This record gives sequence, structure tokens and C-alpha cells, in this order.
Amino acid sequence: MSYPTNTWFAERLGDAGIRCDYLKGHRPAHMPCLEIMRLEWAHAAAEARRLDMRLVALWAAEAGPNDPGNAPLYAYMAFAHPEHRHVLLRTPVQTELPSICAHYIAACRMERHMQDMFGIRITDLPDDRPWIRHEHWPRDAYPLRSAFDAQRPLPHEDHGDYAFVRADSPGVYEIPVGPVHAGIIEPGHFRFLAVGEQILNMEARLGYVHKGIERAMQGRSAEDGLRLAARVSGDSTVAHAWAFAQAAEYAAGIEVPRRASFIRALLCERERIANHIGDIGAICNDAAFTFMLQQMHRLREQMARLNRRIFGHRLLMDSIRLGGVAQDIDTAAAAELAEQTERIAREVEDLRAIYADHPSIQERVVGSGTVSAADALDLGLLGYVGRASGHYPDERIEEAYPPYDEFKVAIPKGKLGDVATRVWVRFEEIAESSRLILAMLRALPEGAIHTDWQAPPAGISGFAAIEGWRGEVAAWIRLGEEGRVDRYFVRDPSVINWLGLELAVRTVPVPDFPLNNKSFNCSYSGNDL
Amino acid sequence: MLRMLKQIIRVGSLSETLAPSDQVEQLGEKLRESVRKRFAGSLTIRAVDAGSCNGCELEIHATNNAYYDIERFGVHFTASPRFADMLLVTGPVSINMRRALEMTYEAMPEPRLVVAMGDCAIDCGVFGRDNYAIAGAVRDIIPVDVQIHGCPPTPSDIIQGILAAVESR
Repeated sequence: MSYPTNTWFAERLGDAGIRCDYLKGHRPAHMPCLEIMRLEWAHAAAEARRLDMRLVALWAAEAGPNDPGNAPLYAYMAFAHPEHRHVLLRTPVQTELPSICAHYIAACRMERHMQDMFGIRITDLPDDRPWIRHEHWPRDAYPLRSAFDAQRPLPHEDHGDYAFVRADSPGVYEIPVGPVHAGIIEPGHFRFLAVGEQILNMEARLGYVHKGIERAMQGRSAEDGLRLAARVSGDSTVAHAWAFAQAAEYAAGIEVPRRASFIRALLCERERIANHIGDIGAICNDAAFTFMLQQMHRLREQMARLNRRIFGHRLLMDSIRLGGVAQDIDTAAAAELAEQTERIAREVEDLRAIYADHPSIQERVVGSGTVSAADALDLGLLGYVGRASGHYPDERIEEAYPPYDEFKVAIPKGKLGDVATRVWVRFEEIAESSRLILAMLRALPEGAIHTDWQAPPAGISGFAAIEGWRGEVAAWIRLGEEGRVDRYFVRDPSVINWLGLELAVRTVPVPDFPLNNKSFNCSYSGNDL
Repeated sequence: MLRMLKQIIRVGSLSETLAPSDQVEQLGEKLRESVRKRFAGSLTIRAVDAGSCNGCELEIHATNNAYYDIERFGVHFTASPRFADMLLVTGPVSINMRRALEMTYEAMPEPRLVVAMGDCAIDCGVFGRDNYAIAGAVRDIIPVDVQIHGCPPTPSDIIQGILAAVESR
């Protein structure tokens, strides 16, 4: 596994007159971190946009053990390009940082998060309302500052209500929904502005399941941190654990045995299939097509049972460990996995024929909740949400991390951007993931399933981007003394895709909201951290 | 339509074909009896995620699938706490969800059974008690009748826990 250093973006920045230095102590070399001046921050983002790069994430960290000490904080942003791999930029921050929202609208919530957590003032921010910081937080609490006492629950203060977007017209009424929703789902608040049955605007207010994960990670051993990362979003446990492990392994310069990377991918593709199956059932159920829910959940349960038997956990939690995987598969297990994969793929195709054949469900999904290709590109929508709207980033192809360097992944390319297309993408992905699993089982290399974890010297950081079932999970880790986690940042794809939902439902009647929401199925926990 | 019927007939009734020794079936039988006696044949649950990672929610969904089919025992989930006999709480209670959890509990009629489900609900789990964003475990916030261990608990553990709570009052 050796990749050339990625110099493309540094050269383009140079062309634009922006000076940058490669940060030593950041890995891997093919996803470098470039340090620029704060004055050039917004200019660099503008250049990235001009070069058709996708904004991956934006975050901040206190200065690390190897930083010169002339700035207390650093801001980071990561970009991706389909042909030139990921690149990170960072700049020292005293108290202020310019917003890059003018170039990447998806940056807004991440910038609000930086304001909330670090007290960095983002200038020119078009929306500077608090985000994760709910109204009852004390004014001076900045949880990711090391001076903050993070050991005790925040005391409750009263600072009024969140300033939701309002409409002055008397014909517009508001529908508040949540945080406790009607079904068995995660909590969050949706504020609808409606005219008659039609949604005029939907605003999501999240942060309810904020669990202080970024801060709780600090000071943990990498092994312990991995257990926490596996619970950032319980439905994406493989993707998040893999992203954490790979970022740490990059930082430590550890190469995972080939067999282990195959098993990781196998787990990740099973997670993709299981979630798509469950969601297709749930989407149909929201249109009162319960037959499909029951059929799909039957298949999902069969997968959970086999997961438990072979990997020890129904949802595959803690199946990934630093340096490899926790559980090997023998010949009998491989045969069982292959048999189930083939059978479920076949059954899903049969059910798909029934789904396609039913006007009652088709009427509801076709044309509902459209996101245009232009909007998808603007927001940088990820995973199946992007793929339904003409935007196709896939880290299995762009980053081609092992074992995907050996397999050609075919991604479904939708364009219409409605619920039906999002469902179509999921059906296609089930078929493709099944094909990949079978190919991986056939080509499964012999050898060890893990290598020893050896922490790097303090101050080394690593970055990884893993294609989870919802889309790209991007993780950045800096390790400190004794191999303990000094800072962990993760961007779940939902952080971006929630914005797509808000756009999609502007064209639908209120009763179609659940259907649309389920077709996106964004994570609350992964967003709120 | 014909294809749908064919599929239904082909798959058959999965919950009926569970082996007699299956733990869930036995639990279920006991549960049906308790629900019949104590709750006039119908136990209604309001589930609240107070900060979960969504793992527990997936397993609550699974109790409704054809294999476990918790509804056949008279147990169902409701949208409104006003109709709920039981509150099923997952996750450590985040400071941002604390108020919503208390309000849901207060909105319920007596006897207000409470089940804390999952390691996080019991002792904050992997997220830890020494955490600024966590108000505490569920029993630190509202009275709890039964706790179900697991990360997440399996569907049969969940049914067992619901049974224990019904028997506890």
C-alpha cells in the first residue's frame, strides 16, 4: 500500500498565489495537510470551489504537542476531488476565522459547531445561531477548550427559545414536530411552515442527542476510543469504526493485513445491505405498504442472526479492531455468508418486482421530494442521496482504500432526485454489494487478520474517508502522549445530507414528509455527536 | 397482487414456526398472560430515545418483525405518551433531551412503568458519566422499574425486560 504524495492542490494553490506548507506529522502522504495563512482561508476555499472540489468537512482543534505555540487553535478543512484524492488545509486561529459559506453552503452548520464548541468567532457567517449549543447551555461553556471542566453535566440556564425561521403571512401556519417523534426513531425537532397542506419551509433543529463524543474521546487509549467511535451512529458501526481505525492506522504507519481489509469490507457491505433492506421496508410502510416492511424486516433479521453467529454481534459492533478485525471467518462461515448473500439478493429482486408493480406505492414515491442535480452538487450530497440526484462521490472509488483497490465498484447513477430514485439507488446498491461480497469471498486472501497496534509518537495526526452505507464517513485523529487520543473529529454523511432533506420537502405536502425523511434516513446521533 | 399473495403464502407464518424451546416463545406466552391479567389484554409502550446511538432503536424495531412479533402478545407501540402504560427509554440521558424525557414521563397516566433499555440507559455506557453533555442514566432522571442490559439488548432480551416490568407492579 503505497501512494504518491498528493501535490496537485498545493500546486493549484500556488498558481493562485496562496502559499502553503506541508504539515509534517500528518499522514497519509496521499491525503496531505497543508498549512496556509488565516488571511488566505476564504480565498483557498474559493479556489477549491473553482476547481470543482467537494467540501468534506470543517473543524477545529487546539494546538497539538508539535505545534509551535503561537496560536491556541487551528481550523481545518478537508476537500475531495474525484481524480485527485483528499487534501486537508489548516490555519492558526487566535479568536476569529472568516466563513467559507459563500463558496460552500454546507460549511455553515460546521462553522456554527466550531463557534459552539470552541468559541471561535466566525465572521461573515450568514446564520450565526447556535447549533449544538441549545438554549439552556451556560453562555461561557466551550466544551472543546481544555480549560473547560468537562467532568460534570452542564448546569441549566434559561436563554429563551431558538430563533426559528418565521413567516409573517397570516396564511402560513407552523407545525412543530419533536424532539420526541411518533415512531421509534431518534429525536430531533422539525419546524414546518405550511400553507394548507403544502410545506413552504422545513427547518431541522438538531443536537438533542449530543453526547459530547469529541470531548469524551480525549484522553482515551486508541483501543477504548475505537469502542466509542463504533457507537457514534449505531446503524453505521462498521463504517465509523473503520474510519477511526484507518485514521489511527495511517497516523501510526500500520499496514493492515490484506485478509483483514477484505473482512472489513465484507462487514461494511453487509451493513450497507442490511440498512438498505430495512429502509426500503420502512419507506414503503410510511406509504402504508406494510407487506414490504414485513418482508424486508424478515430478511434483515436473517442477516442479524448470521452476523451474531459468525461475528458475535447482530449489528456487527466491535467487529473491527485496531490493526485488523476481531473475528476470522473459516470455510464453513464463508460458505454460509455466500449462501445468504446470494439468497437475499435474489429475494430482494423478487420483492423489487412486486414494489415496481404496485401503482399505490409508485404513486407516492415517483416525483415526491425532488432534489435537483444542481442543488446536490452545491450541497455536496453524499451516498445514495447524492447518487439519486446526479452527484456521485464514492470513496471506494475515489480513495480506493484496500480492498477496493482490487475491486471495481459500480455505482448506480440516478438523476431524478425523488423518493423513487433514492429507493432505486438502494435496490441497485443491494445488488452491487452482494456482488462485491461474493467476489471478496472468492478472492479472500490467506493470512493474519490483524497486526499489532503500535501508537505513533505524540502529535501525529491521521485522516481517513470510508464509504459507509449513508456515504462518506470522514475521520481525523491526532494522538497524544502514550498513544492516547488527543483530538478526534468525525463527519458523518448526515451532516451534509440533512440539508438535502430540507430542500426536498419544500415541494411536498405535509403527509409526505415521513416518506421523504425515511428515504434520506439521516443519522441524528452521527450529526449531533 | 397475485405475486404478493404468492410471496405471503410462500413465506408463511414465521412466528408460528419457532421451535417450542425457543426462549422468546416461552417468554411471549408468559407475557401474553401477564398482559391479559394486568393490562386488560393490551400493553401500550411509548419509546423515547434520550440520547441513544440508534443501535437500541434497531433492536426495538426487530421485536416487531415476523420472528418476534411482539404485537401478538398484546404489546404495541404508541405515538402519544397519553395512551402509554410503559415508557421504554434508550440511551444515556443527554442534557439536550432531559427536558423532553421528563415531559414525556409527566404526560403519561399512572402506573407509568419505566424500562431503561441498554447499557447506556443503565449507567451511561461507553459515553461515560463524567461527561458534560450527559445528564445521567435514566434512573437519575425518572424512576425506573426494570433495566435491560446489553449493547444493544437482543430482541428477546427486550421482550424479557418488558415482561419483568409488567410483573413488577
